[in-house]
Amino acid sequence: MGTAYYPGCTLKTKAKNLEDAALAAAAALGLEMDELERWNCCGAVYSLADDDLIHQIAPVRDLIRAKEAGHDTIVTLCSMCYNTLARANKMMREDAEKRFTINTFMDEELDYEGEVEVMHFLTYLEQKVGWEALADKVTVPLTGLKVAPYYGCTLTRPYEVSIDEAPENPTVMKGFLAALGADPVAYDDSMTCCGSYQMLTHTEAALASTSKVIASARGAGAEVLALSCPLCEYNVGVRQRDLLKADPDWSEVPTLYFTQLLAIALGLGPEVCRTELNALAARSLLQDKNLIPAAAAQ
Amino acid sequence: MTIRIHKRSINPHLARKIREISGENVNVCIQCGTCGGVCPMYAQVPAPPRVLVQLAQLGHEEAIERLRTYDYCASCHHCETRCPRGLDMPRVMEALRQLKLRENEDMLSPEDIPAEDIDEMPQIALVAAFRKLTA
Repeated sequence: MGTAYYPGCTLKTKAKNLEDAALAAAAALGLEMDELERWNCCGAVYSLADDDLIHQIAPVRDLIRAKEAGHDTIVTLCSMCYNTLARANKMMREDAEKRFTINTFMDEELDYEGEVEVMHFLTYLEQKVGWEALADKVTVPLTGLKVAPYYGCTLTRPYEVSIDEAPENPTVMKGFLAALGADPVAYDDSMTCCGSYQMLTHTEAALASTSKVIASARGAGAEVLALSCPLCEYNVGVRQRDLLKADPDWSEVPTLYFTQLLAIALGLGPEVCRTELNALAARSLLQDKNLIPAAAAQ
Repeated sequence: MTIRIHKRSINPHLARKIREISGENVNVCIQCGTCGGVCPMYAQVPAPPRVLVQLAQLGHEEAIERLRTYDYCASCHHCETRCPRGLDMPRVMEALRQLKLRENEDMLSPEDIPAEDIDEMPQIALVAAFRKLTA
């Protein structure tokens, strides 16, 4: 029994910086994660309608792929994938009627009863390595870097799939960042939604929410936001340019994936961190702090 | 918006429909407004979520359709974690949205999205939006 790695659609295209840094770090830490040979998009969002089972097929099929390959755990990096797979798994474990319908519908597949454990990479790191042992492996401590952990919605809500035992006041990112030698910053809006998919339809409303998150982190002294969701990265990172455009006095706070900070701290070099894919001044911040060489700017 | 309440205008049909789709009983809502207080869209929504729930309790489908607060829900579940009555508001919003989607009414069309945004957006943004907002 081993650990399956489920990348999800965005990591192979727009969020290579989330994936490349994570896989290099996992290899450096001796963690073995086998990418599933076959996988499909999980659907990104969990269906909240009881009578809509067709949208549960995609995530359940991915879980079957992990079971089929003999794995007992499936690890994800993307928060939305984690959330969708974990909730579909919970449904397959707890709802006998839906489980029967879905298994019958997919009669060409193995029957599935929730045997595989869905785990986010942060939990996997904490369980397999632990923060103390991780701190021992750090060769480039992120000393003096003030990082605001940004959980968004999908890492802690709904509470039954939270990656932290205390979803009201999660500390997993704090432990992780402290192990890397960074200064984790506490602020009010670490779990406020960035607007999610509403950035497409109600852009102003979503931007109002992202601006609240960024201002709150900045007010608490953060120099950068650490996140694990490509949609958060888009809304809070890439679309921060809308806030900059609207307000000439806006002072930007760049964003980095937590896996990029991990790879830097493990001394894996800027090549695997792919900071050229990050919006705003993420890369120059790391250069200013001497965490990556200035030459990497080219 | 003025709402006239009369026993003849109360229609339990909508609350039943919502329960059928979401498993949620809107009649438990006591109108405390906590859900709106944590809603990331609160500044922009045409009416806070509790108003939609009250209209659902009364069965005022037309008023709900005029307000369309459910269009704004990002399913972030913040309200659900705060509700003192245990109402899962994102499920209620999804049920209201589904009632429109099941009439084949899309809330988003690919032509509405600028080509440069499609180029730049992560796939999950597009997948999530089309999953939630189209029939």
